[in-house]
Parts: sequence; C-alpha cells; structure tokens
Amino acid sequence: MERECKNLAEVGRRQFLKGSVAVAGAATATVSTQTAAAPRAPGVEYPVVRLANLADLVVDQPLRIRYPDRRSPGALIKLGVPAEGGVGPDGDVVAFSTMCPHQGIPLNYVAADKTLNCFSHYSRFDCEKAGFQIWGHATQNLTQFRLRVDDAGEIFAEGMDDLIFGRLSNVLDV
Amino acid sequence: MAYKREIDRLPIPPADAKVTSAVCHYCIVGCGYKVYSWDINRQGGTDPATNAFGADLAVQQRVETPNWFAPAMYNVVKQDGRDVHLVLKPDHDCVVNAGLGSIRGARQGELSYSEVTGTQAQRLKDPLVWRYSGLHPTSWDDALDLVAEVTRRVVEDQGEDGLLVSAFDHGGAGGGYENTWATGKLYFESMKVRNIRIHNRPAYNSEVHGSRDMGVGELNNCYEDAQLADTIVCIGANPLEAQTNYFLNHWIPNLRGSTLEKKQAELPDEPHDRARIIFVDPRWTVSINASVIEAGRDRVLHLPIKSGTDLALFNALTTVIADQGWVDHAFIAAHTAGYDEMLQANRTTPEQAATITGLSPEQIRTAAAWIAEPKAGGKRRRTMIVYEKGLIWGNDNYRTNQALVNIALATGNIGRAGGGCVRMGGHQEGYVRPSDAHIGRPAPYVDQLIIQGKGGVHHIWACDHFKTTLNATEFRNAYKRRTDLVKYAVESVPYADRARLIDAIMGAIRQGGLFSVNVDIVPTKIGAHSHVVLPAATSGEMNLTSMNGERRMRLTERYMDPPGRALPDCLIVARLAQKLEESWRRAGKPEIADRFKGYDWQTEEDAFMDGFHRHANGGEHVTYERLRAAGTNGFQEPAVGVEDGRIVGTKRLYSDGRFGTADGRARFAASPWRGLEAAGKEQERDRFPYLINNGRANHVWQSIYLDQASDFVMDRWPYPFLEINPADMAELGVKAGDIVEIFNDNGATQAMVYPTPTARRKETFMLFAYPTGVQGNVVSAGVNELIIPNYKQTWGNIRKLADAPEATRHLTFKSKDYRVA
Ligand code: SF4
Repeated sequence: MERECKNLAEVGRRQFLKGSVAVAGAATATVSTQTAAAPRAPGVEYPVVRLANLADLVVDQPLRIRYPDRRSPGALIKLGVPAEGGVGPDGDVVAFSTMCPHQGIPLNYVAADKTLNCFSHYSRFDCEKAGFQIWGHATQNLTQFRLRVDDAGEIFAEGMDDLIFGRLSNVLDV
Repeated sequence: MAYKREIDRLPIPPADAKVTSAVCHYCIVGCGYKVYSWDINRQGGTDPATNAFGADLAVQQRVETPNWFAPAMYNVVKQDGRDVHLVLKPDHDCVVNAGLGSIRGARQGELSYSEVTGTQAQRLKDPLVWRYSGLHPTSWDDALDLVAEVTRRVVEDQGEDGLLVSAFDHGGAGGGYENTWATGKLYFESMKVRNIRIHNRPAYNSEVHGSRDMGVGELNNCYEDAQLADTIVCIGANPLEAQTNYFLNHWIPNLRGSTLEKKQAELPDEPHDRARIIFVDPRWTVSINASVIEAGRDRVLHLPIKSGTDLALFNALTTVIADQGWVDHAFIAAHTAGYDEMLQANRTTPEQAATITGLSPEQIRTAAAWIAEPKAGGKRRRTMIVYEKGLIWGNDNYRTNQALVNIALATGNIGRAGGGCVRMGGHQEGYVRPSDAHIGRPAPYVDQLIIQGKGGVHHIWACDHFKTTLNATEFRNAYKRRTDLVKYAVESVPYADRARLIDAIMGAIRQGGLFSVNVDIVPTKIGAHSHVVLPAATSGEMNLTSMNGERRMRLTERYMDPPGRALPDCLIVARLAQKLEESWRRAGKPEIADRFKGYDWQTEEDAFMDGFHRHANGGEHVTYERLRAAGTNGFQEPAVGVEDGRIVGTKRLYSDGRFGTADGRARFAASPWRGLEAAGKEQERDRFPYLINNGRANHVWQSIYLDQASDFVMDRWPYPFLEINPADMAELGVKAGDIVEIFNDNGATQAMVYPTPTARRKETFMLFAYPTGVQGNVVSAGVNELIIPNYKQTWGNIRKLADAPEATRHLTFKSKDYRVA
C-alpha cells in the first residue's frame, strides 16, 4: 500500500484532501461468508460484502469502502436523488470503485455536481449516471458495484459491472 | 445506462509472450506502445516467473502501474493465420508518453479487426465492384484491371487533368512514409497529376505555407521545450483533448513547477520559475481549465478573442514588444531579414487591436509582457508558441500564420531551448514524395472541379469528404449525381462483358459522369457512391513508419494480419501501376507504359527503401533494422548519421540560426489586418446570429472511421454535441440532449444540445466530422487565396428538431471541466 499512501500525500500537497473520498465513516468492510448471488460464467465469483447500514449514510458524504477485498477502494454514496443502479428506499445509494480506470489515481467526490474526479488527469465520472465518464482518458466508464439492501437496512455489495484498475481479475487469485 | 463491458477478468500474458514496439496510429503525439501477443491456447500465471510483466499479479497493482491493461487494450487477432491474444499497452519507457494512454489510443486493441471477438467487423475484406445495384466482391486482378482501364481511357480523352485524386499526406493510420511515397510516385512521377487534394482540404497545399515561406518549418522544436519554457502561448488549440499526452506529460509538469530542477540543470545561467501560459481561443476549454487548476489563475491568461481576429492581436503584440525594446536585436541582425518593413506594415496599437478582437488593451499589453519582457537579470524569456486548427482553419490563414511567426522571430525564440513556433498537428506526419512543383500555387480547388462536372475518374485514398470537407452539401449532391450516371451505365450492360462495360462507363463520363475508386479500410460515406472499393491494411497490419510533432520517427512493426485480402496501400499502388503499364501497352503507347515501371515492391519495406531511404533528407541513415533497434523512442528527424548502429537525429531545427531560405536568413512578413478575408464570411457573420465554431473531442479520432463501430464512443456521442450557453438554450426552447437543426445559406445539419455555461452567448461549438451530423454542411465554399478552407468562421441559425431521443436520454450532460471539491 506504500504507493497509495504516497499518493494521498500528493493529494494533500495540492490541497485536494478536503474533497477526497477519505471522508472515513465507520465503514469497515467485512467479508461475508455468503456466496455470490448469481454465479457468472466464465467470469469470477464475487463475494458478498456488507458495506454499511442505510442509517450510516448522510447525503453527499461518501463512505470509504473496500470491495471485493481490502485492496480495492470504493465509495458508498447517498446521492439524495434517484440514480442509475441506486438502491435503498430512495433509489439513491450507489457505490463505485474509486481507482480511476485510466491510471488508478484515487478519485475525489465533488458534492456540488455529484461527480468523482481525478486530480491528476482531470477525468470525471457522473455518480448519477452509473459512472458515465463525462470527460476524461479512461477507456471505460467507472466500475459500479452492484448493491442489495436487506430489511434491516444493511447494504451489501454483490458484484461489479466492469474490470477495476490494477488487476487482471476483479477477484484476486489469493 | 452508461455502456459497460461486463468484463471481470482478462488473460495474463505469459513470460514468453512476443513483445514488439508500436506507435499509436492516431494523433500527432505518437505515443509509444508495447505490443504483447501469445498463442490463443496459452496463458501466463500470477507468479512473477510466469507472466510477461515479471510481477506478482495475485495482488493489487499500484497506481500508474505498467503491469496492467484495460479491457479496451485487449483483443484476439490473427498472426500469420493463427489466433493469438493481443495486448496494446502504453509504453512506460517511451519519452513521449511515459506510460500514458489516451481515451483514443488506449483503445487500439479493441479497435483491431477480430473474427473471434467481432470487433471492427465493418472492415473491408475484399475488393468490391459495383454491379447489379450493389457493391460485390471480386478479385484484385479484376478490380484493378477495371480501374486501370477506365483511368487510362479518361487520361486519353481528357489528359491527366481528367484524373482527380484525393489522398492522405500524413503519418499514422492511412498514411506513413511507405504509403505517401507510393501514392506520390504514382501521381507525381509516373504521372503529373495536378487535380489532387488532401484528406481535409480541397486542394494540394500546405496548411502552413505562411510559416514555410518565411524559411521556418512548422515542426521546429521538441516536446522537451514545453518543459523548459518560461511562457507557453497556445493559439486555436485544445491540447488536453487533441494532443492529450503531450499536454499531460510535458506541459502540465512545467505548469505545476515540477520541471524546475530540469530547467536549472539544462539552463543554469538564468532564473527559473514555473511556466505561465496564454491561450488565444474564443471559447473556454478543458485545457484552459486544467492550466488554471495547476498553475493558478495568476499564471494563466485566457484571451477570448472575437472569432477570426487573431491576426490583429498578433500584430499588436509585435508592436508592443518592439516599442518596449523587448525584441532580440542580435538574433534579428544575425539571422533574419525584413524586420523594419514588417514592423512598419503591421504596426497596430493595443487600442486598435482591442476594437477588432474584443479584448482590452491591458490584456494585450499583459500578453506582450508575458511573451517577451526580460526575466530578472535581463535574461531573455523563453517562449514557446504553438498553434493548430483555430489558426490553420481560421480567417486569413496565410497572413495570420506569418503574423505569429513574426513574434517568434522578433523575440529570438526559434531554434532555442524552451522556444519554438510550431503547429501542434493533427495526424502524425509521414511525407516523402517526388516534387509537387507542377501543381503550382494556388493549387486547383478540386472540390469545385467536381461540382463543376470536370474530370472523369476519381481515385480516393483514405478520405471521406462527405464528413470532412467544406461546402459539404453541394459537394455531396454533385458527387452523387455524377457517380449515379456511371452506375446506370454499368447496369445497362452485363458486368463480365469488359469491352461493353468500359464503353458504357466512358459514355457516362462523357455525359458528366464520374467513375469513383475508393481505397480505404472501412466503408465510408463517399465510398458508398464508388464503383470500385479496394480494401487496405492499416498500421499494425503492415510495417509502418511515421514521425510525431517533434519529428520523432519510429517503426510500428506488423503485429497482426490484415482482414481478408486487404493489402498495404503501397502494395495496392504497386499493383495498380503495373495494371496501368499493361493497359497503356495494350493501347499501343509503350512510351507511356514505361513510366509505370519501378513498382516491383514485394513488401512495404521495399517501398520504404525506394522512398524514404533514397529520397528523404537524411534517409540514407535510416533502415527498418535500425528503427527496430531504436524502439518507441526512435530518433528525431532529420537523421544526420549513425553511431554504433544507432541513428543520430536532430533535437531542434535551426539551432545554428540557419533557416530554410537560400541565404539562410528567416524572413519577416508584412501581414496587415484585412477583416474576414474569405469570400462571403463577413456577410454570413452579419446575417446569422450564432457562431458555429467547431473542432474535436478527446473521445474520438479523426472522422470516427473506427469509432463509429465502437459501442463505447457511440454510447457517449450518438450525435455530435453542440456546446451552447444555457441562456441561449432558454431562448431557443431546447433542453439537454434535444436535437437541433443548424442552418444557413450553405446547408443544414443536426446536433445534440450540450449545455455549456462557459460558452459565450451566441457562440456555439460543434463536434467536427461526425457521421450523424456533418458540420461541413454549413461551412461555405469560401477559402483563402491559397485554397485553405475556413471552417471555423461559420455562422448560422439554430432551431429545435426533436426532444431528446432515446439514445441521448441516459447520457450525462454535466460540465466537462474538472472540479476541485
Ligand atoms: S495522445 Fe494521441 S498518440 Fe497518444 S495515445 Fe492518444 S491518440 Fe494516441
């Protein structure tokens, strides 16, 4: 993780920390023992991971999450408006990988227009539109995590819709 | 929903994967890529010993890792007839891009032809001929025989002026030294064709005659100069979108201040600071936004001039710099001529220029100071000046270009570290051809010849004028009408009765018909009206050499088979030349037939040796073998020698102060302001309320020829965007994603509304060359005195056509500008 730390320091140098997804809530991702909802062939089998409870979420304050394992950072965001792929009673809870699919730079959440932004190369992704790359260098839109909410308001990640940066298999072969 | 590939794993390249060098075949920057290929039945492992990266792939890789590739960099292609995995990945060891890939180039893998994954199924695979109301496959022999026979008969009837040619003149895909040489040899050596035009303009001319006539070649510096400059001046260019990795890897570090050590080391005798930057552009761009983010507002000067008034600004800058005594007198005296005359002719006060450009006199004075005011200790400021289509395809191209070079010469900034006065470039370059002097100046306006019914046969090499020419509506209608005449004639006789077929075609041509031959890699809009379509190979399917915007020449080694029976353009030329020779001989004209000798090339390397090696400046030092050894860093043209098997190049042009004139002195040029110069432009501006400015977006390459089959791109831009101020939208009663009609006296087209608060009122910006809405439809036929088109100064009306269609409803319409929280 040395590189990530170095990179966060770089973020600080440019005074972007304030807006980064490092608005750490109490969200420590825990790997569930449940198996994936729907096995996908010939792809990988995703773990089901509890991310947080709906009660933990405040509009526009992203929780830092890890999915499908602790090396893969993401953001869980209550947008306050219904969004593509959104879950919860308001259909407004979404989660994305926060490693930019261009070069893995950590993305910052900008509440003013509900976007995730790369401070290094200026790519931007729309959290209301399934991670649509508004403008940027990535050759894919931002990977969105598939979420499920149970009756108790527990939010689980169960899969994702594209390859995340820095690994040739979304679920690492460890 | 935004397009997703639903890919969650990719094959791992094994340790013994084949690795070769490639250069991105798209933009001028020419980023280096590494190509990995390996047998379809094999895979590497996560253990470092078992994969090509020598990395532990069982763990998450760090940011900017070289040990990862995106799904868009991967494909399955054929290599010598066998399926192989292919990865095309930005090269971290290339000095141009240092591992950066852009949204265009980093999709080359996915945009390769694959029978397995189905990508680029649109590619042309067989020679096609028009018969029975359609384009149908035939043999190379049959197709080329028909082309040669009709071409020869037309030339017999009308002389070589009856042969109209449209051809690429650049590097990268659809170009390269091999292919420009071959086409040049055919049309300029075996024949002396005058009625020839280039892919993006209606005549055979330089876009930068102005600079060249002053003895200043337009690619005279190196990318490192952007790291060393005190001030960068960027005119009519949007480098973050159109020359992405040049901007990210060379400009941004200087704006951030991270090249200070390098400046200190290379230029120790003067004070250094991070760069300042001036943008001359009527609109706000993502490049300006990024510069403000990195350098701060106080180091970025945006000069939002009225469209087409650059020339007045440049003359005022020259005047201020001269009056302040900031010119480089020693340089002017030693290396130039005509300074005093130029200054007298061009003298323009900031107040006069302010009236014309809409800027304030203070902005102009500030710009002059940023360009030329000496640094502490009286050291000369190093200023790099760049320009691209805003100037090249703008008002009074020739004089405006010269007015800009005047500034660079007056301040001694050409041939000097941190300087240069260069075009940014669109394509890479790859020009080596026999002399074109027989064409003359101005060159024939080929589009007008076609519209006027002149000529009988049209050879098209990788051009799609229906998307990329001016006055496109009239051009398209004339083209359809004339080629239809030939189609009716073809259908009036049995196809296989060659003698009757040729007679029928010639009869139609004499009635004003046009026989159209189209060489391309994919079906095009203009090619749909052709009678013969010939399938070409592209970069990677053949060995191909080009140079980038700092004249860095590299070889892209062939890494896959072309689709079907497609051939490299140079070998198509060779076969066509041989067919022409046979045809002239059959016609009893051996003296003409003999002119088509010298095409016995078996490979593209043969064409390279015949062309670049024998004819380019310094070409004798350059071979495929040496280029292969030089990898993605290549060398900078011109080559001046070979040391230890390595080609020695030239970092900057004119560093010895000798320019490209007979006496070696650069010429200043008188270039006074004369308003909107192209015929009809002033009236168009006065008659129509909206500026229809136009240009590129980073998602798409050139005329979208490959991207039109990319789900990723067509999902983002199903229609060309029209950036427009929200207050204008309210006035027009349109919403984001609505389809609007843009119309004026030249024609009409359509675009998709993209709300853009930074757009000035009544100044829109439309994506250029898009198949679902051709901006060229509304561009007038007006050109400058050397037949350079004027796309940028276009005015029109706008009205709503339709509410946002389904294809635009899932799109995002948020600002393209990066934001800090
Ligand atoms: S910046 Fe240009 S050359 Fe580099 S990857 Fe992108 S399109 Fe290719």
